[in-house]
Amino acid sequence: MNSKRDVYLDYSASTPVDPRVLDAMMPYFSEIYGNSTSSHRQGRLGESAIEDARGRVARILNCKPSEVVFTSCGSESDNLAIRGAAWRARQRGKQVRLITTPVEHSAVINTVIQLGELMDVETVIVPVDRYGAVMLNEFAEACKGGAAIASIIYANNEVGSINELAELAAIARENGVIFHTDAVQAGGQLTLDVEQLGVDLLSLSAHKFYGPKGVGLLYIKDGMDLPSVMTGGGHEGDRRAGTHNTAFIVGLATALELAYTESEERLTHFHQLRDRLIAGILTRVEGAILSGHPAERLPSHASFVLPGIDANALLMHLDMNGIAASSGSACKTGNPEPSTALLALGYTPDEARCGLRLSVGTRTTEADVDFALEVLVNAVGKLRTMERDFVT
Amino acid sequence: MNKHTIRVVVAMSGGVDSSVAAALLVQEGYDVVGMMMRLWSDEAAGGAEHNRCCTPGQMQSARRIANRLGIPFYVLDTKDVFRESVVQYFIDQHREGFTPNPCLECNRRIRFDWLLRHAIALDADYLATGHYARITKNAAGGWLLKKGLDSGKDQSYVLSVMGQEQLSKTLFPVGDYPKANVRRIAGELGLDVANKKDSQDLCFLGNNDYRDFLRIYAPEVMVTGPIMTSTGEILGKHRGLSNYTIGQRKGLGISYSEPLYVLAMNPYKNALVVGTRAELGRDQLEAANFNWVCGVAPADAAFRAEVKIRYRSRPQSALVRMLGSERVRIVFDEPQRDITPGQAAVVYQDDICLGGGVIVKFEDEQSGLQACDKAVDIAW
Repeated sequence: MNSKRDVYLDYSASTPVDPRVLDAMMPYFSEIYGNSTSSHRQGRLGESAIEDARGRVARILNCKPSEVVFTSCGSESDNLAIRGAAWRARQRGKQVRLITTPVEHSAVINTVIQLGELMDVETVIVPVDRYGAVMLNEFAEACKGGAAIASIIYANNEVGSINELAELAAIARENGVIFHTDAVQAGGQLTLDVEQLGVDLLSLSAHKFYGPKGVGLLYIKDGMDLPSVMTGGGHEGDRRAGTHNTAFIVGLATALELAYTESEERLTHFHQLRDRLIAGILTRVEGAILSGHPAERLPSHASFVLPGIDANALLMHLDMNGIAASSGSACKTGNPEPSTALLALGYTPDEARCGLRLSVGTRTTEADVDFALEVLVNAVGKLRTMERDFVT
Repeated sequence: MNKHTIRVVVAMSGGVDSSVAAALLVQEGYDVVGMMMRLWSDEAAGGAEHNRCCTPGQMQSARRIANRLGIPFYVLDTKDVFRESVVQYFIDQHREGFTPNPCLECNRRIRFDWLLRHAIALDADYLATGHYARITKNAAGGWLLKKGLDSGKDQSYVLSVMGQEQLSKTLFPVGDYPKANVRRIAGELGLDVANKKDSQDLCFLGNNDYRDFLRIYAPEVMVTGPIMTSTGEILGKHRGLSNYTIGQRKGLGISYSEPLYVLAMNPYKNALVVGTRAELGRDQLEAANFNWVCGVAPADAAFRAEVKIRYRSRPQSALVRMLGSERVRIVFDEPQRDITPGQAAVVYQDDICLGGGVIVKFEDEQSGLQACDKAVDIAW
């Protein structure tokens, strides 16, 4: 590979801030910098920017502005939802049960695990099908015993599969179970209409839809009574303490608005490039398997299992050729564990070390995809040859 | 060729030597890529979670240095292949009653084979390491492995497993510098030059003792047996042959009219052979599976050379007799007290490393005492 290119195919990990978003944020660093809780003019300007942002977000979520709580990130939103529900249930003296899946983001799964350890909470892990989607009958079974909360990912970060959220939420509602969804990956691509989805709690993070890192939100349906996880001042209706990050909240709202006003052209673009990637890899990389659902998946998201290919080494080859990709099984410390998500989908431990995720974005071009395919095919060939030649 | 078109993968450990190697290559304008290997560590036997060659601290240090030098840095998962080759070799050699040096096996199978292949697959022209050794070309165009300029830090002993193919694709950037200079360069580059003590423990044991490791992975070498003299007189019981090293005096737990030393291990009889100081010296050894760095065995039936029998021992004058292309008999001018089967005998002429083989046998013309020859067929 002689031609040097920078091809970013890791939009599921993070996205660049849209210049229009950045423009909208800029006044809130050095011009309008007052603390939104202050009563003076600077404070009022900050407060009104935040409330304006809240209103704009609420329109997209089809909820009341008061149901939107700004946080520092998707992980914090997940923590607020799950810890809040678990603590409240414990306070009411109930035996606390938590329902979740084996393919959640670590912010959910590790919160559930820690609550299990510290609070003697019963955790129920609902199995998923071979695409990583929750099975409705299994979920219904789990809900029968009641629970403090069920947390089910909207669209999976590793394999891209989309859950039947409205159906799942309806089952939870019938059983009196609070329903939370981590919609971090879905944000900007799937509907976030909470009426239509029927969810009680929904987490989002701005940096997945061309907003800044360091800001997220939790939709909390009216009537949900969650104690705050971050205690302090009375910000966000006593639900999340901490001085408002005005610029970032404005950034989140602007980015979210742009994502949904421009969704038609963006999603068409994503679909087209993603399908080009999938077709290219499945035809040109011997043995490649598309992981996750072939159709019911995020428009920007392509994921594979490439049997026999050490994901760590593959990512190195891609990076050396200017391509940013990721894998649920790779890690920076050279100690890859089989991806828990792929294991949950029924892949063998060996296969679960060979995951590859490529995700496209607004800036991706057809030429990028074609270049990435060339590099990938070449790298896989080299790694396979090396594997064959090295005999222990 | 323009250096920026020459890609060099540098094996980084986070330590001073490999960091300086990386920095020197960057200064010289090469297209440098940092790599680190995640090696296997003995967690099961209660050892450390991390191999001493790649603790989180060292990994972070290497990553920081790579970032500072503006080069890519990757950690490769080497655990399984390291376990299957180097660690298995260590276990197998102990089972044969030998005392192996796994660092040589690591260089042979991991660093200058597995990692070199990875480097080449990444379109690298060279693999560089922080070893103190030098590579030059002779008049005929052959590659020579030479001692590092600073003879006190020379590491050619553990590199004696290399051949022409490996040498042609390897760089040792710090081999031309005395260690003090390397530390100075490291200081100038803003690297942490804290004088870390070189550990002699095996990397995959963490801080654990190798005997605890063997108790789990090769329990048969830790079975008690007789301590006997070279004439067969039984003096007591030992705690498993792998607890002892040749030349050892302390900790034998037997009383005798004069101090006794470990002379040999006999794995057939699971016997530890001891004797007096006078019996200790051996003037001959045989080394097998000999690797000749130049690729072919010497034409002379015998030649004078200097021989190192341990990593940290001084080279000793000897006559090297060819017993075959891969087997030699080495006759020392002076008897050696610590010839240990399993360690490498590495042969030098001046500062050129001719090659090395694994010691499989030692004997003494006067006493007639011989060590076992069981492992001759073991892959070296």
